[in-house]
Amino acid sequence: MSMIDIAALADIPREGARVVRTPQGCVAIFRTATDQVFALDDRCPHKGGPLSEGIVHGTQVTCPLHNWVFDMATGQAQGADEGRVATHAVQVRDGRILLDAARLTSRAA
Amino acid sequence: MTKNLVVIGAGMASGRMLEHLFEAAPGAFTVTLFNAEPRGNYNRLMLSPVLSGEKTYDQIVTHDEAWYEAQGITTRFGEAVTAIDREAQIVHGARGPVPYDALVIATGSAPFIIPVPGHRLPGVVAYRDLEDTNAMIDASRPGARAVVIGGGLLGLEAAAGMAARGAEVTVIHLMGHLMERQLDPAAGYLLQKDLEKRGIRIHCKGATKVILGQDRVEAVLLEDGTVYPADLVCMAVGIRPETRLANDAGLEVARGITVDDQMRTSDPAIYALGECTEHDGQLFGLVAPLYDQAKVLAATLAGDQAAFRPVQTATKLKVTGCDLFSAGDFADAPGREDIVFRDPGRGIYKRLILEGERLIGAVMYGDTADGAWFFDKIRTGADVTADRDTLIFGPAFAGGAPSDPLAAVAALPPEAEICGCNGVCKGQITRAIEGGATTLDAVRGLTKASASCGTCTGLVEQVMALTLGDGFAANANPPMCKCTDHTHEDVRRLIKSMGLKSIPAVMQELGWTTVGGCASCRPALNYYLLADWPLEYRDDRQSRFVNERNHANIQKDGTYSVVPRMWGGVTTPDELRAIADAADRYNVPMVKVTGGQRIDLLGVRKEDLPAIWSDLNDAGMVSGHAYAKGLRTVKTCVGQQFCRFGTQDSTGLGIRLEKLLWGSWTPAKVKLGVSGCPRNCAEATCKDIGIVCVDSGFQISVAGAAGMDVRETVLLLTVATEDEVCEVTAAFVQLYRENARYLHRIYKWVDKVGLDWCREQVSDPATRAALHDRFMLSQSVFQTDPWADHAARPAEWSPIADLSLRAAE
Ligand SMILES: Cc1cc2nc3c(=O)[nH]c(=O)nc-3n(C[C@H](O)[C@H](O)[C@H](O)COP(=O)(O)OP(=O)(O)OC[C@H]3O[C@@H](n4cnc5c(N)ncnc54)[C@H](O)[C@@H]3O)c2cc1C
Ligand code: SF4
Ligand code: SF4
Ligand code: FES
Repeated sequence: MSMIDIAALADIPREGARVVRTPQGCVAIFRTATDQVFALDDRCPHKGGPLSEGIVHGTQVTCPLHNWVFDMATGQAQGADEGRVATHAVQVRDGRILLDAARLTSRAA
Repeated sequence: MTKNLVVIGAGMASGRMLEHLFEAAPGAFTVTLFNAEPRGNYNRLMLSPVLSGEKTYDQIVTHDEAWYEAQGITTRFGEAVTAIDREAQIVHGARGPVPYDALVIATGSAPFIIPVPGHRLPGVVAYRDLEDTNAMIDASRPGARAVVIGGGLLGLEAAAGMAARGAEVTVIHLMGHLMERQLDPAAGYLLQKDLEKRGIRIHCKGATKVILGQDRVEAVLLEDGTVYPADLVCMAVGIRPETRLANDAGLEVARGITVDDQMRTSDPAIYALGECTEHDGQLFGLVAPLYDQAKVLAATLAGDQAAFRPVQTATKLKVTGCDLFSAGDFADAPGREDIVFRDPGRGIYKRLILEGERLIGAVMYGDTADGAWFFDKIRTGADVTADRDTLIFGPAFAGGAPSDPLAAVAALPPEAEICGCNGVCKGQITRAIEGGATTLDAVRGLTKASASCGTCTGLVEQVMALTLGDGFAANANPPMCKCTDHTHEDVRRLIKSMGLKSIPAVMQELGWTTVGGCASCRPALNYYLLADWPLEYRDDRQSRFVNERNHANIQKDGTYSVVPRMWGGVTTPDELRAIADAADRYNVPMVKVTGGQRIDLLGVRKEDLPAIWSDLNDAGMVSGHAYAKGLRTVKTCVGQQFCRFGTQDSTGLGIRLEKLLWGSWTPAKVKLGVSGCPRNCAEATCKDIGIVCVDSGFQISVAGAAGMDVRETVLLLTVATEDEVCEVTAAFVQLYRENARYLHRIYKWVDKVGLDWCREQVSDPATRAALHDRFMLSQSVFQTDPWADHAARPAEWSPIADLSLRAAE
């Protein structure tokens, strides 16, 4: 793993998200009400909606375009919908967000 | 041969360590004990009862003169160690050096002081030792004003202690809820409520800017401009390990002094113990793991085998009457599940956090009797799958079968109370049903059961199901969402009748079954709260759908559309030029005229939004709210000014209405039309509110639609003057704002409540005036241009990091 310092945790609002641009497309970094952090591709498997703009509730996010709900830990769509978003390892250390960008920065992937 | 042991710091950890040591290896060491405080070991935890007056200092001393003497300890109290000479194995104190064979650093931690201007003024204290406690006791005369900065464990104990002595206390807390490291928002809300009940003022989301005062503190000024007068300021914002001695001596120090499993530092002759240490990347702030450290270090010094393993800790707040418990890990994380129980009537909240088959965390408020039982399950990692369904009810239910709720209700005697708020028993409800009340509303109307807090609605329905059998059709009006059994209407009613003013308050008092709601209830609650409490409630951006959060319409490819307001559909060459310039500058792929008589710039990238808004603002334009559940457009015809048929100034009236209504949030979008004569060129009669001008005045009609449903408006009132049009329209919109359920357009709502009722409300002069006033009050808060506000902080709209550049390097 190559953990890259992305930003301060405080840069993301609680129950909100910000985006990291990568050569493989945008990755959404979510922060929950209890300061848990998740990283998912910012593309809904349904029709490509930007998940970073969804409403965050608990550990789930609802896509802003057609309301599919995803578990942010697994990337799995919930309920009757089928689909999965890629997740990325992310952690918080001393108030900084570290993202595993090995897969994201390699242009070959 | 005895060895020289020197201990720096007579705190909670070192006191315990010495006890174990004298037991395990009596006579093995000659001990010298330094303490910077002018006293020996005492129970620091108990400073809070000393502050509140429940205990005296003498009662919390743990080791007295006699004990030190009996153990042959040389005490050097009131003397700080100033340096450690590792080469010579000597520590230096003010009153002379002492050689050591083994050295223990147990210096605890130092309070963190935010370096805001004024933090050195007399009257600013921390909360760590007896001196701080006495300073607060002296300052807490009845009527004195104290400000506590920091709403964590220490800050709240300080606040409660001073309040108990009669001081007027305000707590300023940076985060959204109290004790956020131990509690989730629901429990934090209940705690705040209890503290407020005892007169403590709580200001969350408050950042201290300056501590004001000439020769001593006089007041605290916050970033948001609030000023709290203060005779004393207690800063309780956190601690950091006291590592200065270790640092100077060149020991390995991360955030704390690095120790191994035997409590040894990077120098084999030196040990460290307590809050000053860091073990395996972890720091300590509670005493339980420090006692384990003390045991391990005593064994190590005595030559025995022992290894320190940090244990789980549980938190309780030592404020009488605030019953909270928190243990383990309650953060949301992969694969975790919650079990939530709320009893709003008794102010109880319990939440268990499960990972797989294990319980890993618990947060409780109001009833913490089972805390120890849960804590034990967390610590032992027991498999709880078998008891899962009844786990939250604690040991009393353990192993019992979950009961059939209907059978339980059937077993209740007639005099059993069903509705606690209104004291209605089961017998009264059965009698009402037998007397012909077959719907929930009818039962509610006759008995008042479930009419107040509503949490017994389910019980009442079960009594109805039992009494009516197949004749009972469960409430046709479905609950708001999966998080609650309440309907939208109930929630709206209860928000007002119970005075609920925050989302956590609603979720707790109305017994939400989820932790943070869902994408369906959160925006609705946010709307209800801001509509009902315009002055008190603060809009929660994270509870809004993307369009309202970003003040632009999201398009299918994730770009946005930007629509500036064109009052009444009228524009100017300058505005058109500014729009054209913006379209050029931001490479807008499509410029389109909308159905609402304005111009839409489609395909703008998110990070360009603040800049394009700012350009349009500079040209005098504001947000058109084309994205909002709020006032969208007022479509007009040219009317009297140019049209040969015009009877009134329909354009001018449209502009006036738009200026009156813009910025208001409503349950669903609201569109208006104003036509200058019955030829109706502005298509006013398929709008939410349509005004048709006639010779004698204005026909105000409502409840039209031209979407999935097409409806013609129906006449509400005919009035003579433009002023009356404005007053009636504002009053009607307010009636809608206060009563409709979220996402219902006006026509749906009018279908439910009836046009006659609406007409009664806005025809009665007093009711109309009151509605109008409440609307204007709300406008005084919400009629602001969101673009101007957000354009000022463009950084928040771009990616937080760009790794594409890094790869290109
Ligand atoms: C008001 C209050 C309430 C608390 N409530 C709880 C609670 O309910 N539950 C809980 O688990 N924990 C609680 N704590 C935390 C608990 O008190 C600490 O975890 C514990 O005291 C730490 O023990 P220690 O021995 O590491 O440090 P301390 O007890 O702080 O002892 C360190 C000692 O070292 C001395 N010292 C520092 N530098 C030098 C030097 N250079 N030379 C000589 N001496 C020096 C200091 O003067 C101090 O007396 C509370 C703390 C406070 C202040
Ligand atoms: S509605 Fe009447 S006044 Fe307005 S433009 Fe049409 S004809 Fe003229
Ligand atoms: S009519 Fe349908 S496709 Fe056209 S803008 Fe409206 S929602 Fe989109
Ligand atoms: S694009 Fe996400 S739900 Fe359709």
